Amino acid sequence: MTEATGGIEMEEGQSGIVKKFMFVNRKAPYGTVYALEGLEVVLISAAFDQDVSMAFLDDGVYQLAKGQHTKAIDVKNFSPTYRALEGYDIEKLYVEKESLEARGLSQENLLVPVEVLNSKEIAALMADQDVVISF
Amino acid sequence: MLNIVNKSPFEKTTLESCLRVAQARPNGSALLLIEDAVYAATKGNAVEGRIRDAMKTVPVYALWPDLEARGMQDRVIEGVKLVDYGGFVDLAAEHNTIQSWL
Repeated sequence: MTEATGGIEMEEGQSGIVKKFMFVNRKAPYGTVYALEGLEVVLISAAFDQDVSMAFLDDGVYQLAKGQHTKAIDVKNFSPTYRALEGYDIEKLYVEKESLEARGLSQENLLVPVEVLNSKEIAALMADQDVVISF
Repeated sequence: MLNIVNKSPFEKTTLESCLRVAQARPNGSALLLIEDAVYAATKGNAVEGRIRDAMKTVPVYALWPDLEARGMQDRVIEGVKLVDYGGFVDLAAEHNTIQSWL
């Protein structure tokens, strides 16, 4: 635990608590800063050994689109980071089926393996969380 | 009138409002999609029909660097004209008035 908290001893009684966190992503990348900021928070949460998942709904599904090349808009391409999440033990990525279909996208258009779930299944997962944070 | 839209059609009604007005007076009107509005220029989604309808009366342009940034470069609807930053400037110079729809 000390490694995950940067060498700081946590107070006794707090160190063992693991909560279920879901980060809900509903914004397209680059047009606003929400997607990048959300990703930063997810990476921070990984340092605290929590049960973290990410859900992608509405325009949030565009964050995972393959083939992003941002050189010409002079903005950092953060899409490869989604592929690195596995290395931080963030392996639960859920994408809403209805949102993908409304945008003419399918799983093969996404840059990382995800679980595609319908609205009802996403809602059930959300209801099962301790904390839901929306970006 | 050059109409510029920069928000996703799935998140805001800006594109719809812009087209309603632009199509009411199509002569000399053009639509330029930039930033998150470039998703409207892509195929297979729920607003594709709206853009195809608009193109019957109003030329539709999309900013290539924004399409490319979002990985949408291979999904552009046929007939949408692609412009780079230089083309953006040309469009601005060619039209007497410009409206950025917010």
